[in-house]
Formats: sequence, structure tokens, C-alpha cells
Amino acid sequence: MTTYELLSDALRSMRPVAFVTIIEGAGTGSKMLVELDGSSLGSLGDSDLDRVVARDALGELAAGRSSTRHYGSHGEARELDVSVFIESFAAPPRFIIFGAVDFTAALANAAKLLGYVVTVCDARPPFATPQRFKMADEVVCEWPDKYLARVGVELGQRDAVCVLTHDAKFDVPAIVGAVATNVGYIGAMGSRKTHDKRVERLLEAGLSDREIARVMSPIGLDLGARTPEEVAVAICAEIIVLRTNRKPLPLRDTSGPLHLETR
Amino acid sequence: MKEILDAIDRWRATGQRIAVARVVKTEGSSPREAGAAMAVSASGEIAGSVSGGCVEGAVVSAALEVLAGARNRGLISFGYSDDDAFAVGLTCGGTIHLYVEELDW
Repeated sequence: MTTYELLSDALRSMRPVAFVTIIEGAGTGSKMLVELDGSSLGSLGDSDLDRVVARDALGELAAGRSSTRHYGSHGEARELDVSVFIESFAAPPRFIIFGAVDFTAALANAAKLLGYVVTVCDARPPFATPQRFKMADEVVCEWPDKYLARVGVELGQRDAVCVLTHDAKFDVPAIVGAVATNVGYIGAMGSRKTHDKRVERLLEAGLSDREIARVMSPIGLDLGARTPEEVAVAICAEIIVLRTNRKPLPLRDTSGPLHLETR
Repeated sequence: MKEILDAIDRWRATGQRIAVARVVKTEGSSPREAGAAMAVSASGEIAGSVSGGCVEGAVVSAALEVLAGARNRGLISFGYSDDDAFAVGLTCGGTIHLYVEELDW
């Protein structure tokens, strides 16, 4: 198989892979594919350079980041003999929604639009049906804590958990389960009153103030959203803003660059 | 890259030579991030994009030059073009660096 065929096979089967190309210096055009288990295919023409770049590519892949880096011809840091483009094709981030309620379908649609793999999870069989959530990649009928005990270890900074049940019976175990993971975003729906009561229950359940502070609740940016679709936009906007660390205002009323620089 | 695979496979099936341009670095304000990719077939068909439409025409020319052997595989950069109304550049004020090569791998 050619490098292209190996790459397209990985992309089509959504297998995470870093695609490395020398773009400047000796060996321009040389390529290497690095997989999540650290195995690599191809060579940049020097075994030391291969080893160093494969290590860096693995780090970039784990972070879901693509960048151009510079090395000495044997992989030395702080030298500029070769420029290498490391392109990460990470697995799509995950979006887990607890609670098969009115808002769930709209949020699942919005999350799909943003490229997430979406799971809807509810412990009540009549609600957790794939027919109601055709847009979801997965509909799971299970208690949130049990589900998170199973998949929580896979969650990372790019992933999101939204708790829409606003029923203490379900949302306390969902939040307790979510704060035990490294998931990047945890949001919980409910009015300010619901939020206050939920905080009490979370404290009773043994969560620390710091763990509770990870939960965005009431959920979403203050857009004045009312319909399920508008609320879905408010939640997704909050997720984006927490990642980019911006202050959401109309760009007309702010100054500075629109896009953050990438390396 | 993923969004241009179907077009590339179609062109490959007909035995056409193909050039690929990928954004490898951006500075300042730029519409697409590193990894944005565009493929150009020898007959001039195009898939994908690397900017908001500002530099695609110049990238197609560079890609066809690579296929014709008139340009080596390598980097090509586009920056701000306000000073020169006729130069190809990004109207948004940033700079993008692309790596253009034949898909011979």
C-alpha cells in the first residue's frame, strides 16, 4: 500500500493518525505516519530524526493539534535544518448528553454540526430510543454513573458532558461521574433555584467545592435563548468560548485579531 | 484532507496526476487553520480550499506548475495585499504558508 492509501484508510475508518511531512530542508517530501500506539510507518531519512519527530507527533495527535516544527538533521532541538509539518487527524471529540428530554434533540443536532460524536444516555427505556434521536451516533439506556464508569476513562479535554435531566435522581450521579473524568466541559441544565438545590445535593454526595466549580450551571452563554434550538446554540457557544478563552461580545465592539495564531 | 479524499480517489481511478496543497502554518488573522487542504488534478479540477477564497486561484496555478515540472515541491506563502491591489493575498491581513507537492506517495 502507498502512504496515501494508508492515510486515507486511517481517515475513512476514523483511526487517529499523525501525518508527518518534511516541508523544507534535506529530504523535503519525506513522510511518516504515526499511530496512537506509537508505531510508525515510513521514514524522514534519519533514524534519530524519525524517533524525535514520532515522539512529538504522538504529543500533537493526543492534543488534536497540527503544527510546523523545526529540527536539526538528526532531530536536534533548537536547530533549523529541516521543517516538519505534523498534521494530526485525531478521533472526533465526544459529546455525551444525559437526559432524553425536549432539549436533547436540538443539542444533539448542534453537536453533530460541530463535528462531535454524540451519545444520548437516559436510564428510562421509553425515552432512550434511537427513533427519537436519529441524529445521535449512539443512544444508551443506562444509569449515567454506570455509563460513565464504563467510558469515562476515554474522555479528555476536547470532550463534553451535558446533563439535561434536571432531576436530582439522575443528574447527581451524572455530575458525580463526570467530575471523576478528565472531560473538558461539564454543563448542567436548570434554573438558578434548581442549581442551588443541586449544589447542596452534590455536597452531600461528597463533591468538593472545586469539583462543583467545574460544572457550568446554569448551562450556556447568556444569549436570552428560549427555544430548545436557541438553548443548544447557547450551550455550544459556551463550550467554544471556554476552549478559546475569549470574552463573547460582538466583534464590532471589540478590537484585536479575529483569529488566534497557530504555530 | 478528509473532505478531498473522494475527489482524489476519483481522479486516481482515471489515472490522472494530482497535486496537493496544504496549509502548514498561519500568522495573524487567517481564515483556515493548518491542515486545510486542496487538491488539483492535472486537468485542472479542484477539491477543497485553503483560504476564504482569496488565494485559491494562485494555489491552483502553483499546483499545476508542480505537475508540469516548472516548480519544485515546497513552500509558498501569501500575505497581506492591501499595498498592492494586484498582488494575490489575504484581505484579512494574515499570512498563510502552504506546502505544495505532487501526490506521488
